[in-house]
Amino acid sequence: MDIDLITNILFAMVRTGTPLLLVAMGELICEKSGVLNLGQEGMMLMGAMAGFAVAFVSGDLWFGVLAGILTGMLMSLLFGFLALNLNANQVASGLALTIFGAGLSAYLGGDFVGKPLTGMEAWVIPGLSSIPLIGKALFAQDPLVYLSFVMFGVVFFFVYHSRPGLILKAVGEAPESAVAVGLSVIRVRYLAVLFGGAMAGLGGAYLSLAYTPLWSDNMTAGRGWIALALVVFASWRVGRLLLGAYLFGAASIMHLVMQGLGVSVSSNLLATLPYLATIVVLVLLSSNQARIKLFAPMSLGKPFHKTQ
Amino acid sequence: MLVNVERRAQGSRTMAYMSPVLAMVLTLFTGALLFWIQEQNPLQGLYTFFILPVADLYGLSELGVKAAPILLCAAGLAVCFRANVWNIGAEGQLLMGALFGSWVALQFLESTSGWAMPLVLLSGALGGMCWAAIPAILKNHFNTNEILTTIMLNYVALNLLLFGVHGPLKDPDGFNFPESALFSEATTLPVLIEGYRLHLGALLALLAVVAVWVVLSRTFIGFQIRVLGMDSSAAHYAGFREKKLVLLVLLFCGAMAGLAGVSEVTGPIGQLVPTVSPGYGYSAIIVAFLGRLHPVGIVLASLLMALVYMGSEMGQIQMGLPLALGGLFQGVLLFYLLACDFLIMYRIRWQGFASNVATNEA
Repeated sequence: MDIDLITNILFAMVRTGTPLLLVAMGELICEKSGVLNLGQEGMMLMGAMAGFAVAFVSGDLWFGVLAGILTGMLMSLLFGFLALNLNANQVASGLALTIFGAGLSAYLGGDFVGKPLTGMEAWVIPGLSSIPLIGKALFAQDPLVYLSFVMFGVVFFFVYHSRPGLILKAVGEAPESAVAVGLSVIRVRYLAVLFGGAMAGLGGAYLSLAYTPLWSDNMTAGRGWIALALVVFASWRVGRLLLGAYLFGAASIMHLVMQGLGVSVSSNLLATLPYLATIVVLVLLSSNQARIKLFAPMSLGKPFHKTQ
Repeated sequence: MLVNVERRAQGSRTMAYMSPVLAMVLTLFTGALLFWIQEQNPLQGLYTFFILPVADLYGLSELGVKAAPILLCAAGLAVCFRANVWNIGAEGQLLMGALFGSWVALQFLESTSGWAMPLVLLSGALGGMCWAAIPAILKNHFNTNEILTTIMLNYVALNLLLFGVHGPLKDPDGFNFPESALFSEATTLPVLIEGYRLHLGALLALLAVVAVWVVLSRTFIGFQIRVLGMDSSAAHYAGFREKKLVLLVLLFCGAMAGLAGVSEVTGPIGQLVPTVSPGYGYSAIIVAFLGRLHPVGIVLASLLMALVYMGSEMGQIQMGLPLALGGLFQGVLLFYLLACDFLIMYRIRWQGFASNVATNEA
């Protein structure tokens, strides 16, 4: 393998990891508040579809990005209504959101399948981008990748160094105590769910506007689910999300590596790698039950009953 | 305040049964609204979607053809969900059943043996079981969340199936189409009525439902499954072997879904193709919930879901509506169901305009 190939693999790894990172950050915040939203895949699909459709019609990619975010938020409100207002089972509500999102995006996006769109262009930062190996991966990406870096910083600061972040964790760890000190559990959880929706919509829009500028049914191909696994992988710690997202990105571009090594394996078999990697990682991390208990938000997945 | 929401002391049985009905009515209204938005006559739309597909005997037979795989998967899922095992992997288990079954069926291309068919069906069920055993073992021994593993395995199974039809199982005389050879007569499921496509798989599905009913309501193992689902610590104190039960329900679901897959390829399709299932395994999740995890309920719900599949095809042919409308209806239905289930645990009191109504403390 030569330097060029490694540079390109690192570049592709960051690109492929970006949608996972965006969605997983949203889900992490959501889970920190104690809400398990399994609807990431559906919100991503809707974000991808809406982003593409709006960008195609308006001719402006940034309108598309905005539409993706807003659509993700709207979708998450549906989940919020079921899981937070009606106290429905969170697992079932999340699944419903995914099934609904897949159906609705295929229905509304029907007219946009196969339409051409010029995707987001890279902002190459002069000088920095010519650093050997990592320059291209970090400084010759499209603006949404840079946005994911920024969001990573924001989420990191929010969770570990801000008062609202403390409130979020309090609600997730001990909702009853949070109520006792005068916090509104439902409101905090709604905000967290909304943020999760926005990030999932953004992650979806990244796919349809930058990663592969097109729309097709079910184009997210399980990335929403992988992002969920990523949160477990990271043991609900923000720093590890970054590592995990790029590792999974690497698993998804194994065909590039294989080509580089001159190995020929069926593309269908290679396509199973990110999913298998997810399972392997889940097995490695879940086998230590104490660890999960230690890091998972205490009230994760449990509905909160307001006491009169 | 005009309405008052209060928590019931006990879940309402009536509402548990009424909620799916209410959800269906709401879905129909939403459907009518969607047709109206598409500038179609809503009544004609509903007629085309829900009545026209089953207006003749052929349509009814097709309803059975579509309902059979959904029902098989839902029967398996209902048992899993009863045990509080969140198996989302019926789709992958179905695909693996189709793949295993096809591989075995392709060994019998020249055969006329009567043993071929049972063997093919058995290998299909075995394929699904093997696939379901993975999340069971991972859950039992590594504490791995079965929702995520089963979903991941769905994607893996789909890619393995694609590998099969593009690679080793491709028909050598098939002009490079990603399809297997057509199965022989000996490995094709017999039809129930001459001239119609309704096949033995539909009977198998009904048998499976009866088996589920007997096991769940009449055997000790079924009792253990229900206890595990309702209160896992109670099951633990009672000395039930939780891991064995988890493995058991997943293996059962895998067998049912695998059977569904192999019945599809040896029944209505007749060969292995990339599109064995239009998402039957996912629809079966909705069916299981809509049917309240009850055998009779899931039979009715799977017929409804099959009708939605047929209706969306009919809507496309007759009215030029997008095929995706079917998937949308399924999602809407599940949403309404979850929302209506609120009424099982909560009561809405209409208080009129009077303000002197005593508020009941729950």
